[in-house]
Amino acid sequence: MSRRWCAGMIVLLVVGDVCRADDRNPLAGDPKAAKAGEYEFRINCALCHGLGAHGGGRGPDLTRAQKKHVHSDAEMFQVISNGIPGTAMPANGTNGQGVGMTDEEIWQIIAYIRSVEVKAPSKSAGSAAHGKELFYGDANCSLCHMVEGKGGRVGPELTSVGGSRTPESIVDSVRNPSRRLAWGLKEATKEFPQEYETITVVTADGMQIKGVALNEDSFSVQMMDANEKIYLLEKDKLRSFKKSRQSLMPIYSPDVLSDKDLEDIVAFLISVGAK
Amino acid sequence: MTARRILTTLWMGCLACALLASETHGQVTFDRLVNSQKEPQNWLTYSGDYSGRRFSSLDQIKVTNAHTLVAKWVYQTGATGNLETTPLVVDGILYATAQDDRAFALDARTGRPIWMYQHQLPGDIRPCCGRVNRGLAILGDKVFLGTLDAHVIALDAKTGNVIWDVVAAEYQKGYSFTVAPLAVKDLMVIGVSGGEYGVRGFVDAYDAATGARKWRFYTVPGPGEPGHDTWEGGSWKTGGAPAWNTGTYDAVTNQIFWPTGNPAPSNRGEGRAGDNLYSNTLLALNADTGKLNWFFQFTKHDEHDWDATQVPVMIDLSDGKRLIAQANRNGFFYVIDRTTGKLILANAYGKTTWSDAKDEEGRPVANQHASPTLEGHTICPGALGTTNFMAPTFDPQTALFYVTARDQCDIFSTALQPYEAGHAYYGSAYFPSDEAEPYRGFLKAIDPATGEIKWKFEHTSPTWSGVLSTAGSLVFTGDAEGNFIALNAASGKTLWHFQMGGAVYAAPMAFAVDGKEFVAIAAGSAVYAFGLP
Repeated sequence: MSRRWCAGMIVLLVVGDVCRADDRNPLAGDPKAAKAGEYEFRINCALCHGLGAHGGGRGPDLTRAQKKHVHSDAEMFQVISNGIPGTAMPANGTNGQGVGMTDEEIWQIIAYIRSVEVKAPSKSAGSAAHGKELFYGDANCSLCHMVEGKGGRVGPELTSVGGSRTPESIVDSVRNPSRRLAWGLKEATKEFPQEYETITVVTADGMQIKGVALNEDSFSVQMMDANEKIYLLEKDKLRSFKKSRQSLMPIYSPDVLSDKDLEDIVAFLISVGAK
Repeated sequence: MTARRILTTLWMGCLACALLASETHGQVTFDRLVNSQKEPQNWLTYSGDYSGRRFSSLDQIKVTNAHTLVAKWVYQTGATGNLETTPLVVDGILYATAQDDRAFALDARTGRPIWMYQHQLPGDIRPCCGRVNRGLAILGDKVFLGTLDAHVIALDAKTGNVIWDVVAAEYQKGYSFTVAPLAVKDLMVIGVSGGEYGVRGFVDAYDAATGARKWRFYTVPGPGEPGHDTWEGGSWKTGGAPAWNTGTYDAVTNQIFWPTGNPAPSNRGEGRAGDNLYSNTLLALNADTGKLNWFFQFTKHDEHDWDATQVPVMIDLSDGKRLIAQANRNGFFYVIDRTTGKLILANAYGKTTWSDAKDEEGRPVANQHASPTLEGHTICPGALGTTNFMAPTFDPQTALFYVTARDQCDIFSTALQPYEAGHAYYGSAYFPSDEAEPYRGFLKAIDPATGEIKWKFEHTSPTWSGVLSTAGSLVFTGDAEGNFIALNAASGKTLWHFQMGGAVYAAPMAFAVDGKEFVAIAAGSAVYAFGLP
């Protein structure tokens, strides 16, 4: 849609947002704009998407040519402006820290992302089909993790993880599960989401329960044990309460799960996450 | 009795009624503000009184009965986001604010609204850090509101009608108000926000009756003014040093103590070589003229966004020492002689890695590893600070200073960023350090005589709640999980809690109506009041 068309539609329809649906970034290919976008990216995006847009533990690698939610510049503008409901991607200016971006600054960021994109589609080296077999079979991933409605509940649900995290960070979570615990329940108004911490309690009648925290505050804890039983407990009624950042997930070292097999599992997760 | 005498008698009787009524719902004079301790049933300023202590001398709710507290009412504002407001209460009416410059008056007994006001904001404001407001000031028959588009507005306290509305600065350049103003004498004192945009900060005083500006103190000195040479080249023009939290007032010396924020750009010191006065500074201003009496700069040439805008709390010791204490965002607790501005002590009250030495005045100074780098490296505290805007309290009964604290380290990076009016001007960014320990949040009780931490209560996660102390030997605070909590002020033992269903970003206060004590706090987008059954 041309900019003239857009101006006309504002007059006729009073729909300002139509301008934003302009397929073409007005700053496309402008190296100055891309440089300015790099600063804005550091301030507003790098927290989750990493310096250099290579992704992090929270946000996908934006240098990949194929992106799950956006293809055109206009779609990218919409996502940056409005966020992606149901994901950790917030709308512009709503993360409570820092200021919102102007339209121009958003276009600068898009110019920057385009400038660092790897043009060739990335090919996963692994076999997704074999990875699926392992996930639901010998590797025992699905005892605790669910993908597309199938699997266990004690660990994080992983259907979208291949689209939101880098392969390196997924590998790291398998090899070093306690290094960075996964985020769990995110309450709308809470700064930090609950993490998959390990909780061990002894109740007043002497029963020991070990499991993962579903949620917790200073006075109560909601947890699930390995049998997927949910316990709702008041801390002052417990005989003991211990919290650990040692994940309940076993460490999958290379002698337990080979690099090749892990690569296949990651390929499976990426194939599902990219849908 | 003749008909005329009957009428006269009735008239005199009505006059007496009116006088009685006006005493009950009288104007809030400066004299009442100075002597606010004589009317503990009211909460007349942001911090409760001019000292900034956020201490209530009400003692009906106390250690022995706090466990019986119940919710008395909840007022839903309908706003989006977490309230940061501290209500005022005057003679049974509660005044507070909410997001997008809403103000409202409630029946403090029931939470039922008396009036509601919302300022019409332009569509292109871009306030940093949420569309928040921390509260109102009251003087005479008006309440005063600073707005996100940098207006100062006087509302009729009885109706919410606008009495006057003045523009303090250009919101298009990033100026805004989020602070609760402070009424002093016949003036309305207010400090500006906008350190994220490279504004030139200021503290203003307006004639409460007319809205005419009486004085302005620029927190970044202009050419020819003392302190101007602490800025490299033209960097003073975009030097920041906002003043976005409410100061305090000493009637004995007629001084306003107002704290200031970070120099801009916050994460890049290159290009603004020097101490960057009066950023991150406690200003002692003459209340009548706005002239600077003395100042104390907490963090010189800050590169970590460590605003020193925390409430400066006036503390009078039994030995006659007249002090001012501040738990600073940079991780140190400072005690200053408030007559001279001389530093008395500066002790770390949280995890700090940026300073391991003090200058000749005793001020912690940055070490050679403190500056952000292009690649980024880890510094403690993080950019959110050991504390932030959350209001502290000083309890004269325990002689302890209570503050919400956070242990968090961040990766600070820096990069060249050109200034453009009205655009974000940080000089790069900070990131939570994944390698660092999990973030931890506390309520800490500090002895201002020594800087020693007497006790601490660890929250499940860091909170943005302020703290209230009361003569019932209680301390009240809130948490990120939505709990409102009463603790024993002497020991830190929790006595009671209530799940409010929204994270707490506001500070509690106390008041009484009809002889019954209430404790109130905002959580999520609602205001809650609690009392005994």
